[in-house]
Amino acid sequence: MILGRVVGTVVATRKDERLLGAKLLVVRTIDPHGKDEAGYMVAVDTVDAGVRERVLVVTGSSARMASGLKDTPVDAAIVGIVDAVEVSE
Amino acid sequence: MLLARVVGTVVCTRKEPGLTGIKLLLIQPVTPERKPAGKPLVALDSVGAGAGEEVFYVRGREACFPFLPAEVPADAAIVGIIDHWNL
Repeated sequence: MILGRVVGTVVATRKDERLLGAKLLVVRTIDPHGKDEAGYMVAVDTVDAGVRERVLVVTGSSARMASGLKDTPVDAAIVGIVDAVEVSE
Repeated sequence: MLLARVVGTVVCTRKEPGLTGIKLLLIQPVTPERKPAGKPLVALDSVGAGAGEEVFYVRGREACFPFLPAEVPADAAIVGIIDHWNL
């Protein structure tokens, strides 16, 4: 999983029917210290994350293991809101 | 599988129900020569690893297999603590 920060929302009226009701967020990847990195992705939110929150994102086929995403065309899901990252070295 | 060193922990109070009770660790992938290889990532711990330990981890869909039959949304999981390796 990777760390990210929610920087925006995505609204799409016309989309795959399996995505109806899915909340889509723009997530900027960050390093463990919270600094922005170059990458970003659009991820489905399963934990009610909000803009500016640090989140845990699961990518690839495992994203479909998150609740409510079985058999959906999704490759990134927000599965946790990060309270703290401790870097010990 | 790939080599990595555990460099920290991640705490999430609000998370996917499938992740409840599973430890999240920050790992730095390393080369066989123990140099950092790429960016750190967050992996689930299935073996009781801790900070500073050298581990091997699995990426992709297989990362949820250590937790079967539970369905865990994971794309990286630590599956072994390395005692030593030889080149």
